[in-house]
Amino acid sequence: MSIGSIPLRYKVTIDPDQCMLCGRCVENCSYGVYRMEGDKIRISSRNCVACHRCTAFCPRDAIGIHEKPTDYRSHPVWTREIRENVFNQAKTGKIILAGMGNALPYPMIFDRLVLDACQVTNPSIDPLREPMELRTYLGKKPASLTLRESNEGDVELMTKLTPNLQIETPIMVGHMSYGAISLPAQQALARAVSRLGTFMGTGEGGLHESLYPYQKNIIVQVASGRFGVDINYLERGAAIEIKIGQGAKPGIGGHLPGEKICADVACTRMIPEGSDAISPAPHHDIYSIEDLKQLVRSLKEATEWKKPVFVKIAAVHNVAAIAAGIARSSADAVVIDGFRGGTGAAPIVFRDHVGIPIEAAIASVDAKLRSQGIRNEVSIIASGGIRHSADVAKIICLGADAVYIGTAALVAMGCRVCGTCNRGVCAWGIATQKPELTKRLDPETNAVQVENLIHGWTLELAELMGAAGINSIESLRGNRDRLRGYMLDEGLLNVLDVKTVGT
Amino acid sequence: MCGIIGVIDRRRKLMDGGKIRDSLAMMDERGSGEGAGYVAYGIYPDYKDYFALHIFFDNIREHKSAIDTLLEKWGTIIHDEQIRTYPQPNLRKVHTPWRYFFRPDRSLMPKSTTPDEDIITHLVMKVNSEKNGALIFSSGKNLGVFKAAGWPEDVANFYRIEDYQGYLWLAHNRYPTNTSGWWGGAHPFNLLNWSVVHNGEITSYGTNRRYIESYGYKCTMYTDTEVVAYLVDLLVRKHGLSEKMAVRALAPPFWDEIDRMPAKEQELNRAIRLAYGSAMMNGPFAICVANENSLVGFTDRIKLRPLVSAEHGDRLFISSEEAAIRRIDPDIENVTMPKAGEPVIGRVIP
Repeated sequence: MSIGSIPLRYKVTIDPDQCMLCGRCVENCSYGVYRMEGDKIRISSRNCVACHRCTAFCPRDAIGIHEKPTDYRSHPVWTREIRENVFNQAKTGKIILAGMGNALPYPMIFDRLVLDACQVTNPSIDPLREPMELRTYLGKKPASLTLRESNEGDVELMTKLTPNLQIETPIMVGHMSYGAISLPAQQALARAVSRLGTFMGTGEGGLHESLYPYQKNIIVQVASGRFGVDINYLERGAAIEIKIGQGAKPGIGGHLPGEKICADVACTRMIPEGSDAISPAPHHDIYSIEDLKQLVRSLKEATEWKKPVFVKIAAVHNVAAIAAGIARSSADAVVIDGFRGGTGAAPIVFRDHVGIPIEAAIASVDAKLRSQGIRNEVSIIASGGIRHSADVAKIICLGADAVYIGTAALVAMGCRVCGTCNRGVCAWGIATQKPELTKRLDPETNAVQVENLIHGWTLELAELMGAAGINSIESLRGNRDRLRGYMLDEGLLNVLDVKTVGT
Repeated sequence: MCGIIGVIDRRRKLMDGGKIRDSLAMMDERGSGEGAGYVAYGIYPDYKDYFALHIFFDNIREHKSAIDTLLEKWGTIIHDEQIRTYPQPNLRKVHTPWRYFFRPDRSLMPKSTTPDEDIITHLVMKVNSEKNGALIFSSGKNLGVFKAAGWPEDVANFYRIEDYQGYLWLAHNRYPTNTSGWWGGAHPFNLLNWSVVHNGEITSYGTNRRYIESYGYKCTMYTDTEVVAYLVDLLVRKHGLSEKMAVRALAPPFWDEIDRMPAKEQELNRAIRLAYGSAMMNGPFAICVANENSLVGFTDRIKLRPLVSAEHGDRLFISSEEAAIRRIDPDIENVTMPKAGEPVIGRVIP
């Protein structure tokens, strides 16, 4: 007896009174939901992933998409998703993959933290009238300065500073590789960050030639597969990031299937066309912290100590101690990727169950580095689940220097968070390499949208700071006094070192 | 609100506290009668080589013996006595102020390059964080803080401030907001020879506190001002910056201004902001900081609190209000309002 079909996830309908049979839905759907039969549009609801490409292009708003049209017998333990995963594995015997970030309804710590504002005793500052400084420097900073001051008042700086990245907003775009996302998507991001004075990451996909004009705003990644890495690549990047792990799948590697390795991707990654690009779980030259130190120093040596080197790890239980080890490795910044971080494809069991939230990770990393007196040795970059400017402000209050956004930038390019990036047929032209789909994404239009998003967040951040009576982002960083916890338990309040509301 | 005043005589000519009291009382409008205080430098010439510890005891019988034992463990008590006070109708004596002249035993801090100061700092942090009915509110040499919860004139008369002769004074009239008007919360705040009075609120306090606590200081007074004393101690005593450069770190120029500076100056100011970003103070404030050789006044980077300076002969005055300065000396000259973030510095002539 077979399991049979599972109930529909989405029911797609077309209002016949509205539909004018223009066929745009048929053209736009890359999942095969629609087909034209004579003067009728036939619908295969089972193929629908709710990416909304069809509704976005239907000129008559004729299309309706309804989630879960068929009820399961409700049960608090055996949820629909759990039952469907069981069906799936019973049929296939495989690891289940999915895209995007953690999809379990864990409580959001961000949503239980509230920000402060000034009233009476100190004035709030109006960013439209007064200077408001969001400029941030990423990299190692001296713990103290040696100055030689002459009697005439001349001051000479004796301390030599190491290279830092200067960003005009603490919001950067995280590492999404060419392969995971399309070239036009990367081009749009590159244009946006170069106009904003911030940075984006290449991911482990090499640096395509068409991005060379934006290289001074691009951080190049060195991950366990070493795809696309050569001296040309390292020298083009503004900074180099060693990726140890990723919040969506801590402890495991990556796998870009051969069908996504078209000629151009193959070229950029420096691998044969059509071959699977497999990044191993660990770097096979990093089996301990001292090996990491060697790689950091090798990369610096190769680039003549002119570039900051970042190290990215997933937020796991012991993240604070690991970050302290990284801070001692000559690395200039540590990137912490929380368990809500997105991905092109990850096993659901990892995506939903491994790692810790970014809020707790950043709080404990900042506290550990301070307790060891090495906070100046590295900058802290937070990523994984940053959804809006308030999240940015909150994570900076908890101790981050800057953030990487990923999913939010994709949403700004049309992504509807349908979570099927792993299928490689993204109708929005983002998470796909199919030319007929990638050509849908116009780099310039989407660059403007991403730029708008980050610009809007930056304005909001400036307003939030001004309301808190702060005119420079340094004074927000680690300023946990300006946060209060709302309905957080005592243990978490202690970890975050935040007081409860009302105190 | 709050009103502040600082005076230094560059030739160390002594001034009694009477006029300082009258001047501070001029600014009663800026206070609420819940806290006032004074610090005077040069008041203990006979004991100038010893650390003068001023301590509030909740109760002499219960809490003093522990302090005696602790101090004897770390050095020698040269002399100790109750600080004389005089009952005032509007001031309730909730603590007994006491003074010790103390010589730390350097051999107990062998790895330190400044063992005396480190022992004193350790003792202050330890006693004040343990909260066992004793609070060390003054710990420098040849100087003393006198403060309580009350109006400036009542606090002054409670200590008979006119009986003390100093060449450098700071005084403060408090309108408390963040914490109630308790004696420990009144200004000036002092650590070793550094004293601070402050009008305003430091919105970066959380950042500054986390920064300074990673260097072993402990913020124990429930108020943002003490962090200023610790920051100045760290930057000037431990990191060796001049007062001017320390103020640059605490209230640095904006990036826009730095970007327009000549290359060398740009590099210096960028380095200061990078290294000391967490020490930078934000929010509305006017602050006077003093040590035995100098008086420094400065405001926040957009000057959200008033500060006026004036001179007459060897004396430099800094205050929230010109009227308060004129109450001490009607013949002042060079009355100026310093620019935001720019320090006014007075030094004794060596």
